[in-house]
Amino acid sequence: MTRYLLTRLLQGVILLFIVSAVVFLIVHSTPGGPAILNNPDVDPETAKAIERDLGLTDPIAVQYGRWLGRAVTGNFGRSYQHQFPVIRLIRTRMPNTLLLAGTALLLAIVVALPLGVISAVRRYSIFDYLATVGSFFGVSIPGFWLGIMFIIVFSVTLGWLPSAGMRTAGVAASATDLVRHLIMPAVVLSTFPLAQLMRYARSSMVEVLSQDYVRTARAKGLAPRRVIAAHALRNALIPVVTVLGVVTPRLLSGAVITETIFAWPGLGRLAVDAAITRDYPVIMGLTMTTAVLVIISNLVTDVAYVALDPRISLR
Amino acid sequence: MAQDAVPYGARSPLSVFWSRFRRNRLAVAALAFLAAIHLVAVTADVLAPYDPAALDLLNQFASPSTVNLLGTDESGRDVLSRLIVGARVSLTVGLLAMLVAIVLGSAVGALAGFYGRLTDGILMRVTDGMLTIPTFFLALLVLAVFGSKFTNVVLVIGATGWMIVSRVVRAEVLRTLPQEFVPAARAIGASDLRILVRHVMPQTFASVIVAATLGVAYAILTESALSYLGLGVQPPTPTWGNMLSGAQQYVWTKPHLAIYPGVLIMLCVLSYNVVGDALRDALDPRAGRSM
Repeated sequence: MTRYLLTRLLQGVILLFIVSAVVFLIVHSTPGGPAILNNPDVDPETAKAIERDLGLTDPIAVQYGRWLGRAVTGNFGRSYQHQFPVIRLIRTRMPNTLLLAGTALLLAIVVALPLGVISAVRRYSIFDYLATVGSFFGVSIPGFWLGIMFIIVFSVTLGWLPSAGMRTAGVAASATDLVRHLIMPAVVLSTFPLAQLMRYARSSMVEVLSQDYVRTARAKGLAPRRVIAAHALRNALIPVVTVLGVVTPRLLSGAVITETIFAWPGLGRLAVDAAITRDYPVIMGLTMTTAVLVIISNLVTDVAYVALDPRISLR
Repeated sequence: MAQDAVPYGARSPLSVFWSRFRRNRLAVAALAFLAAIHLVAVTADVLAPYDPAALDLLNQFASPSTVNLLGTDESGRDVLSRLIVGARVSLTVGLLAMLVAIVLGSAVGALAGFYGRLTDGILMRVTDGMLTIPTFFLALLVLAVFGSKFTNVVLVIGATGWMIVSRVVRAEVLRTLPQEFVPAARAIGASDLRILVRHVMPQTFASVIVAATLGVAYAILTESALSYLGLGVQPPTPTWGNMLSGAQQYVWTKPHLAIYPGVLIMLCVLSYNVVGDALRDALDPRAGRSM
């Protein structure tokens, strides 16, 4: 186990290097630096001077080396746009994204698993049919459009929920207020993973229900409920855990869109702003942050897999 | 590549396939919808009642009428015309991006499966790596840096959507290699390339078709999301995605402008997903794998 974790840790570090080099190359590979882009009125002389100050005129390898040297000590430089250290920017935004993505993930799991399992147990019933069609819609609805529709219905027409931000201006911060702001973005963000998880849970459960040990359990006269709960369910949910590893990057991608629609002050919106204004230090900082989050979630998935299934051991 | 040989041209497997496919009513409806919308896209120039870019600032936000069947938008442009021409742009992006993904994914999967060992190890690590990073962030970064030209949008969506194809193709290649006709071809002196292209790749055809269908769904959805952020195909060229992002500003007063393009995106993506799923069930001889 320790050896496995060490190998994975090493792989993770290598991956971080590769990802950082590739993204660094991409963002630095075209003319038209941040100073010029953000303010077209700046005269060429000044723009040149700013670029030289920021070190953008050095060869890319030198720039990358300099960035890497600082990054390993946890220093990602300052944002061109906000003038804050990148780390501080990410640290203030991260909890908001984790709250949103975590809620969405929880929602997806809590709703998808029971639906998927019931669909499998009552295969070809009306319930199954509706759930299947529903899951098709879930993976096909553009998240931002669903968000806009929610705003039209729940904010514009009904006036039930706030359409943007994390708190109501001028009102003392409260948990209720936060939850009211959280509902729509979390539901929108959870739609795709929810539908995906449900389909996965269903097919996994269908497969398990056709196994010999389930037939044996039925043959020896166990109550159907017990066969499903004690024998089938536990085995069916094991492969579902692996899907969670795929869902995490999906959630982070989805957060980019969701946070933009609902003006949620998280990493996703920061990413859009940084990409458009070519805020190089922020882009690199975000790239590393996401990569680390993904690596951690993959590791947790793997470990959970082993913990749940005694037939598998980590090498 | 895969289109080179069409061993399924024989009459009977096709009719077997069709009779299986036809059993899925939802899929037949989806296929009909797709046929219709592609027809609209192809004939957009003839069908669109007005020039989709023609401004009429005296006629902003017109309600649906006999003149403008679905009304006009914030610049007085005819919404129906924009939807029709937008269909062509959105579907073209979807299909071309899918083609890019298929070519990339097939190449990677075929090489990995055929040569095995180190080649396989490296290529599959890259594939897994691409699957675990949030590719959408990468896509928007590349477009922000290199600009949202039509070609760039297509290439970026294709380059972030090939991983499933490569996995599927690799699996099919591995399944095919041990079959007798491969050593037989080798015995009569066929080169690696010839074996791969003439004998192995045709076997992956069915799986690639399924992956391609689902790939179009992914591509349309991604294009619309990129357009929403202002990084997709640029206005004034109408796409369903950028129509939506234009409409978002007026959600409070003119919500219907946001509804039309969104419904079309959803129906198209949904139809491609449903058809792809039904194709998998109908083409797979070991059927019954999914719903």
